[in-house]
Formats: sequence, structure tokens, C-alpha cells
Amino acid sequence: MARVGVFVCFCGANIGDFVDVPAVVEEAKKIKEVKYAIDYKYVCSDPGQQMIRDAIVQQRLTSVVVAACSPRMHEKTFRKALSDAGMNPYLLEVANIREHSSWVHQKNKKAATGKSSDLIRMAVAKSIANEQLHEISVPVTKRALVIGGGIAGIQAALDIADARIPVVLVEKSPSIGGKMAQLDETFPTLDCSQCILTPKMVDVASHPFIELLPYSEVIELDGYVGNYKAKIKRKASYVNFDTCTGCGACWLKCPVKVPNEFNMGIDKRKAIYSPFPQAVPNKPVIDAEHCTMLIKGKCGICAKVCEKGSIDYTMQDEIVEREIGAVVVATGYDLWDPKPYEEYGVGRFKDIINSLEFERMVSANGPTGGVPVRPSDGKVPKNVVFIQCVGSRDEAKGIEYCSKICCMYTAKHTLLLHHKVQDSHAYVFYMDIRAAGKGYEEFVKRAQVETGATYLRGRASKIYKKGDKLMVQGEDAQIGQVVEVEADLVVLATAIYPYKDNPDLARLLGISYDKYGFLSEAHPKLRPVETAKAGIFLAGCTQAPKDIPDSVAQASATAAKVCGLFAGDTMKKDPMIAHVNNEFCTGCQNCVNVCPYQAIVTEEIPLGYGFKELRTVAKINEGVCQGCGSCVAICRSMAIDLAGFTDMQIINEIVAI
Amino acid sequence: METEVIEKIVSIEKPHLEAPPDWQPVIMGILCNWCSYAGSDLTGTSRIQYPPNIRIIRIPCSSRVDPWFIIKSLQTTADGVLVSGCHPGDCHYISGNYYARRRFLVTKKLLNFVGYHEDRVQFSWVSAAEGQKFANVVAKVTEDIKKLGPLRLYKKENS
Repeated sequence: MARVGVFVCFCGANIGDFVDVPAVVEEAKKIKEVKYAIDYKYVCSDPGQQMIRDAIVQQRLTSVVVAACSPRMHEKTFRKALSDAGMNPYLLEVANIREHSSWVHQKNKKAATGKSSDLIRMAVAKSIANEQLHEISVPVTKRALVIGGGIAGIQAALDIADARIPVVLVEKSPSIGGKMAQLDETFPTLDCSQCILTPKMVDVASHPFIELLPYSEVIELDGYVGNYKAKIKRKASYVNFDTCTGCGACWLKCPVKVPNEFNMGIDKRKAIYSPFPQAVPNKPVIDAEHCTMLIKGKCGICAKVCEKGSIDYTMQDEIVEREIGAVVVATGYDLWDPKPYEEYGVGRFKDIINSLEFERMVSANGPTGGVPVRPSDGKVPKNVVFIQCVGSRDEAKGIEYCSKICCMYTAKHTLLLHHKVQDSHAYVFYMDIRAAGKGYEEFVKRAQVETGATYLRGRASKIYKKGDKLMVQGEDAQIGQVVEVEADLVVLATAIYPYKDNPDLARLLGISYDKYGFLSEAHPKLRPVETAKAGIFLAGCTQAPKDIPDSVAQASATAAKVCGLFAGDTMKKDPMIAHVNNEFCTGCQNCVNVCPYQAIVTEEIPLGYGFKELRTVAKINEGVCQGCGSCVAICRSMAIDLAGFTDMQIINEIVAI
Repeated sequence: METEVIEKIVSIEKPHLEAPPDWQPVIMGILCNWCSYAGSDLTGTSRIQYPPNIRIIRIPCSSRVDPWFIIKSLQTTADGVLVSGCHPGDCHYISGNYYARRRFLVTKKLLNFVGYHEDRVQFSWVSAAEGQKFANVVAKVTEDIKKLGPLRLYKKENS
């Protein structure tokens, strides 16, 4: 005979003011199985929990119902109270009479009281069917996978590896470094981006705990937290990295010229190339789309000039598997394509460039040797117009969010322009200056004072050509007049947009993403680096627009999370998973197909005691099952049940009112 | 073809049956733990008010909902059922809500075939951030069920 104890919480005034708690207790006492019912001001407090512990012992309770706040809030607290009293913690049920009753029916005390009693009746009925469950411990593979080798990925990999945890760093391009490697100087201190980044890149390559897989992509992730298995495609580089010395003879002699992605297409690279001089690893790869040897079978110059014989045209893509316990996603961002801004003449006028192109131009190792030039005629521009918020904060044409870094880097660009072309003048069209951050506001002020740049508040409305100049038309909202600025060069601060393959990657990893393609964190404030899927973490612009300090901070945060996850040898796992009753299982395998985690396999068991003949039944892998219950609902012979949410428990709840 | 046949079958419900003046419908709300249940909690935390007719059951995922639960609810205690899960693509268990959606379409046809009005059972997507939406959904479902009238009274008359 079940002996249920009911503890109704006042939650101060939160429940007490809107629900007649003593009446609810009286109502609970009328339930046949309830042997003990009491109210208390705060059941979650220490005396409240002591009350539960005492009642369990004195009243010989077989299950406990706490009527209080949401089980998502204090279920763990009360479970602990149960186990402290020597009772199995899964014999607890929580009736959510705060979020689901007192808070949402504040104007109708009678209805709220009645509903609370109903909710308690349901919880009592469910608790009678509760079974003793025990936590499952699963082994943990102490190796982390970092996807993306930009500054966020590099920082995460280094921090995790410094804790002596092996890291696999996967980067899709031939070198790590990401967007930061393309930058010239960084705000607000103007330190040279390469100077602070490349030592970290070298650290990654030489770190004993980091396995660097450049020119690779993750194509599959199976398993669950602590026990993932990743399949990684190593794209054929056609160069044997083990013997290649990175001497560069091959790319000097290669006759094929291709637009250089690293320099935003401003100059050309060869078909065999290393993206930039400080690349890590500093080994070339052959671009199979453009190499004439790979397309037509003619040429082969690189193989002839290579003294080490490292070129191998027969190389194939290779799939490698790695067992890992946690994943850090740091895929970064793309620049938003400003095509919808037709009035700016994007694509028609050569002298309109985006900020990253400008950044490459002013970079000392850039295609123009550190001097900005007009793409149309190669002349050094005198009047440069910077337009901020191209795409950002524009619901009509672009995207709603603020890209966060454009105000800062445009201020930086005016300074760089001033340094490189002394007699130039910068005009900046802006909506607001958003310079929140340490030293940021000061930096913008400094840039304005040093360069004397003209800041015009308002969106540029039109750009047209006049001779070889561009005329930028816009409104200066501060004087309320239309202004026209003659420009040699126009630089668009295009928005940060999520990396284009993010949705595909998210599906592959089983995590969610927002309407733009930014990957979603588990909680916007309190769990900003975790995803809803255990063991997968986010760092950098893959989650939202961020500057370098924020990306680095978040990357270090993921490292802390990964180290925490790997602190023990085993992980405790929720026992609320599915179980198969072999007696009833007919072996139809519907459940095998429906399981999102491939947790169900089949096994052969004897037809009956003493039989030699075998029959097929489903078998659930305890470690893999996450307890969604898809298999339970699909099973037509009712052979599968989900611990903690059994058919019996739910039906009990339904009929209890 | 099939759907046409099913639609032609006359409902066993009797809409002309008048409910007693103090009658309030009971709605069984079956919510997935990760999105809709969290969303309903947010409704509470935000103190958004909604009609007190719903009784909420927590399940791990909308794919856990066996049509049996829906039918049992209508047979025994509830005048209507609301099943709510994560938005398509956002399922905590990767693809559970897609199974739920398909199963729900079939269940609805079955209920229709048996003679329940199709608005008795409703399905919605409510995310953990949509507290206001949850309140709106509950208000709408309650309104719909109130229009349909009591299910239990009909049973008593015919038993």
C-alpha cells in the first residue's frame, strides 16, 4: 500500500497570496494514498527539507509529492532531500503550483486553489507508479574537438591543451588564423594583429596535446556527451606534409593564377599555394579546381621543381575517426553580401570596397604593400568615405541586429588611412557610435581628434559616378540637410553574418541555430557558452557578433567547461531512459528506425527456455539513450517503457483529476 | 480520397447540447520538458494570466505522446487536449517533434473518424522563450473547447 507524503509550499506570498494553501492541504488529505500532508512557508529552505526528511522516516512514506515551484527549478534540491533520508530520489514528484497556478491565475483564487488541488492529485497518482531508479555512470573520453581555427578556436584549443587534455583542432582552410590573420592592426590599442596572433598559431602547431588537422572538415558526429565519435574528412592536399619543407619553389613556378581569397581577391595566388607567409602549418596545398595537372593531366611543374618529391597528384580525400568527449564550435563569421544596396552601386562601381578589403590593403603584408589604392586605376585615394551599418540595423534590406564591431573598426580605419596617406580626409556616415568596451570610447575620440575625420550622422542614400569620382549622397541629420561628398574610394562596413555552413553544421551536431544562422546558446544570460546538447560548446562569432577580446574570453570559458566535464573518470547520467521488455518485443524494429541517437540495436535471444531457435528483440544502449521516448510511443506491442515517464505514470496522471 | 470519406462521417458530438451555466472545461496540456514546459514556466514567471482550465503534464519530448494518452484523456477526464512541443528544427532530441507531428496528423484523423470534433485536440509549437505565446495558445484552446461544450455530459446522457 502506497504511503504518500504531500508538502505544500507557501513560497512566501508567491503561492500563499493566490492559493488557499490550507484548503489545498485538506483536499490532499482526502486522497486515499496520502498518509501525510502539511504546508510550510518555504519547503526548499533547510527546515522545510528537514520536515520532508523527518516525515519520510516517521511516516514510512513510499513516495513524496512537493507542491511548490516548477520541477525545473528545485527538483534536484528535493531529490537530494529524499536521498539524504535514505529514500530513492526518483520517488519524488513535484506539483508545479507556482508557475502553473498561483502566478498565472492571480485574479481567481478559487480557480487557482481548485487547480492546485488537481495538480497535486495528478502528482500523487503519478508518484504511486514511480519506481526506484539509479544513476548510470558512463566512461568519458578525455579528448576535445575544436571546430574552427580562428582566434576563438585557437584560444580554446590552447587553454584545453594546457590542462593536459588532448585536443583535435579541425580547420577547413589550409592554415589556422581565421579572420584575425587578415587584419592589419586591432582596436583599441592598435597592436599589430599578426604580431599577437602568429605566436599563438605556432604554439598550436607545436603543442604536444594538440593534434592540428588543417584542410579538414567534420562530416559526422555520433554518440553523446563524453562519448562522441567524430568523422573528419581530410581533404586531399596533393602535398605530402611530412616531407614538405615549405620552401616555396612550387608556388613560385606554378603557372596558374587564381584570385587570392586571403587578400579578398585583390591579387592573385597560384593553384598550389600557402594562404599567407606566416601560415600554420606552412605547407602548400593544391587547389584541385584550378590545377591543370589535376584537371587535364598536363603541367606537373610543381612536382618537377620539388626537391623533396612531396607532390602527389594521386592523393585522395581521407576520412579519419576520432573518439572525443566534448566539442567546441568556433566557426566564426562571413561578411554579409551588400547586394541589396543597389543604390550604392555595389558591383557596378569598382571603387566601392568592403572593410576587409580595405583592411588587406592597409596591411603591411597586403597585396598593395600597405597603401590603400583605388581598384579602378590604382591611384592612392585622397577622399575616402566610410559608410557604417551596411546591412546591420536595417530591417528593410539587411538584418536587424547590430554587428557590434563596425563603429570601432571604422574609427580604426580612419586612423590607419591617416597614417598611410597623410593628406587624405575621411568621411564617416554613421547612425550611432556604439563604443562600449574598455578603452573603446577613448579610442573613437582619439581617432576623431587625430584624423579630423568628418562624422556625418545619417544613412548614405545614394552613390553615383561623376567623372572618375564617386558622389555619396546622404542626409546629415544633425543639420537636417542633404549632403553630397566627393569620394575617391568608398568603404562599406558590411555586417557580420554567420558562417554560411552553420545550419548544416548545426544539423550535423544536433544543436539549434537562430533565423540568421548563429548557433544558439543554452541560455542567453546564464549559459552563454553551452548549447542545449550536453558536451557541445560555442566560442566566438559563431554564436553572435563579437570583437576579439569577447571571442577570446568566450573561448577560455569553453575551455573551463570542457575541463569541468573531464574532471572525473566517469560521468553520472540520468536514469530516465527507455527499457525493453523482451517478453513483449516482437522484433519489428520500428524503434530502431525512430531513435534519433541510434541507441537501439537488435539482439538474438532464445525463443524460450531450452529452445535452440533464436528470435530478434530490440536492445537499448544505456549510455547512448537520452530518454526522449520516441521509441515508447512507436512500439506497437508496448514492449518499451521510459523510466520516470512510464505509460502507467502518465495514464495515472490523466485519470487522477 | 480517403480524407473525403472521413470528412463526410457525421460527428457523434452533439453541439446543441447545452452546458450548465457554471460548467468549465478541463483541458489536458501535454508539454515537452525542454521547450513548451519551460515556456509555460516563463508564462508564470512573467505573471501572464490565462484561463485556469488547463492541467499540465510534463513529458520529455512531444514524440513521447502516445495517441493512447489523448484518447484516454478524452474518455475519462478532459474535454480537450493540447499537445505542445519545440518548434520544428529545435527539438532537444534532434527529430522527436517531427515524429510527433506526423503521429498527430494520423491521431487527429482517427479521432475525427471516431466522431470527436477535431478542435478537441490541438497541437502547437511553443519555445522556452515564448511565454506570451503559451498564454495565447491556452486562451485560444480554452475558447475553442468552451464553444464545443462538455464531453462528459454527453457521455452521461447516452450511458
